[in-house]
Amino acid sequence: MSKTFRRKLDLKNGRVDMSHGAGGRAMAELISSIFKDAFGNELLDQGNDQASFPTPTGGRMVMTTDGYVVSPIFFPGGDIGSLAVHGTVNDLAMAGAKPLYLSASYIIEEGFPLGDLKRIAESMGAAAKAAGVTIVTGDTKVVERGKADGVFISTAGVGVVPDGLSLSGDKARPGDKVIVSGSMGDHGVAIMSSRENLTFETEILSDSAALNGLVEAMVAAAGPHLRLMRDPTRGGLAATLNELAHQSDVGFRIVEDRIPIKRQVAAACELLGLDPLNVANEGKLVAVVAVEAAEGLVEAMRAHPLGVDAAIIGETVEDDQHFVQMTTGFGGGRIVDWLAGEQLPRIC
Amino acid sequence: MKYVDEYRDGDKARDIAAAIAAEVRPDRSYAFMEFCGGHTHAISRYGIEDLLPANVRMIHGPGCPVCVLPIGRIDDAIRLARRPEVTLCTYADLMRVPASGGLSLMKAKAAGADIRMVYSSLDAIRIAEVNPERQVVFFAIGFETTTPPTAVALKAAEAKGLKNFSIFCNHVLTPVAMRAILDMPPTPDEPPIAIEGFVGPSHVSTIIGMEPYEIFARDYRKPVVIAGFEPLDVMYAILMLVRQVNEQRAEVENQYIRAVRTEGNPVAIDLCDEVFELRDSFEWRGLGAVPRSALKLREAFAFYDAEKRFTIETQPAEDNPACECGAILRGQKKPADCRLFGTVCTPETPTGACMVSSEGACAAHWTYGRFRTRQSDADLRRRA
Repeated sequence: MSKTFRRKLDLKNGRVDMSHGAGGRAMAELISSIFKDAFGNELLDQGNDQASFPTPTGGRMVMTTDGYVVSPIFFPGGDIGSLAVHGTVNDLAMAGAKPLYLSASYIIEEGFPLGDLKRIAESMGAAAKAAGVTIVTGDTKVVERGKADGVFISTAGVGVVPDGLSLSGDKARPGDKVIVSGSMGDHGVAIMSSRENLTFETEILSDSAALNGLVEAMVAAAGPHLRLMRDPTRGGLAATLNELAHQSDVGFRIVEDRIPIKRQVAAACELLGLDPLNVANEGKLVAVVAVEAAEGLVEAMRAHPLGVDAAIIGETVEDDQHFVQMTTGFGGGRIVDWLAGEQLPRIC
Repeated sequence: MKYVDEYRDGDKARDIAAAIAAEVRPDRSYAFMEFCGGHTHAISRYGIEDLLPANVRMIHGPGCPVCVLPIGRIDDAIRLARRPEVTLCTYADLMRVPASGGLSLMKAKAAGADIRMVYSSLDAIRIAEVNPERQVVFFAIGFETTTPPTAVALKAAEAKGLKNFSIFCNHVLTPVAMRAILDMPPTPDEPPIAIEGFVGPSHVSTIIGMEPYEIFARDYRKPVVIAGFEPLDVMYAILMLVRQVNEQRAEVENQYIRAVRTEGNPVAIDLCDEVFELRDSFEWRGLGAVPRSALKLREAFAFYDAEKRFTIETQPAEDNPACECGAILRGQKKPADCRLFGTVCTPETPTGACMVSSEGACAAHWTYGRFRTRQSDADLRRRA
């Protein structure tokens, strides 16, 4: 990874700034120079959103954890409780795992309304039930007023991987097809519009959803032809494809006109000066699949309610500089880069 | 999106590209400057260079307010923000501009300064209203387009009787900067700039109209086409420039007839005239000190002038000597000609301002276009 970064972190005098949490290159650098150095092991070094490992008694298990600091806590299409389930379930599902159990850790600010807490917990319970997972352990901490912002939730999850399936971000090969499961940018724009009091002709809802059902259908359709999946959350499709390009030591070529983006999301991005490809999703996935299984996989995805807009958006190419290149709708070419610095803080 | 998609139509782009290709004379080359960073961004984002004939070259101009702001003014803003009583309100793209001593507004914020990112000058007014105990300073930057909103904010503060609001004014003027570029004497180590025409920024002309550009047509014999920011607007403006050059015309033409009027916006012009006056001189990154190229608050509004309220005296600050931002802003060099480009200077760790703002020529080339100047890893290592 080292050649991705041109300048080292200033560990002596530097401070954490907002870009270190924005899902872009600055965060990747922080993780690489601080956490990987301290924790270094083979599983972590794979750089996936989850770790997959054999259990002592046979079979493979997947584990993940995620923190949720979204602002506002209640947003169109979801809330921090349902998001804390969907995000963690999706990280497990991206390894092809069947999610089983979650933990829930709450950090609550003094003065937080009990009614809101109840509403969040109920939403979380309902989301878990719908996704077929059980929240089996938890933790509650309260901090003084001003030391947190309302409530932060952290969830961890475990799941099991079906025999013979091995998905990882380093498995894309030149010639493979790149698929997205639906429209890009809905979650980020929903959060942003509720934050900035922007009103559009139609309300934009977050796409927050558990993807394990869709993944099950995908595994059934493409099986071992499936190379990898990832949910394009913070940093959006652009960040995800750039991460995968580095992990797999390839490049991507995508076609702008094939990427599904809702009209109202495109319009809101236009107004806010955002690129929908940098905007977060919470109920979408990117899959890379061997070319021979691509059409069948898209067909299977479109038969699932969370994949009706699935589309092949491009392909994997050989590229030692790991560029994600795009043919624009206008007919020219450009790079799709990951974003420098902060675009939308506290999106999840 | 209605009224947007129509101007991003790929088929129409190919039609205009074909017209440009048919009309350019193969025996000569064409060099036009798009003054404004918004156009630079559009050219890169939509891959317009791929649609132009090889003998049409676009030179990226200095019309990026973040890029041309000298380090000394960012240093001033950081000093202001570090005062315990001050809340500094700024547009987001100023946050990461490198200042002296390895600082930036973002780092100053991480170290405890009260810095808020705002979308509009009126957000700063709102912050001042709800925080009467804070001294709220609006870091005003931009060309003629963003000047009226600053004036509106000042009038709003006056109407509301806000005593804790002030403006750190850095507004600059487009036509003056264009003249400075054309008047620049060539230096021995940098090739002279052979600009044959300008793509003019339409949002500036929605305010100032077309008349301020007549001097370029009349005195400098350079055609100017005022163009919108959608990619078809830019393509069509380039076609109009090619035609003017071929017909040996030098006129100010308006491509953006859907919003730009010849006289501009008289209400906005009058408001700005009431609030602002010319500075004797202002330092531009890349262009140096340019006489009468920037605005300050008139004496009648001195109460709202942060430079007076906090006695700011800008100290000159040196740019990194290896940074080519100056030559790039003048159009004499391309981003890839700079040996810092892509090595120590990237959007994460910008050395020069052209890499900071998404409208800067270097950031646009890095973010959207660097596959055109592919470098081998070995080459990058050698340059680093």
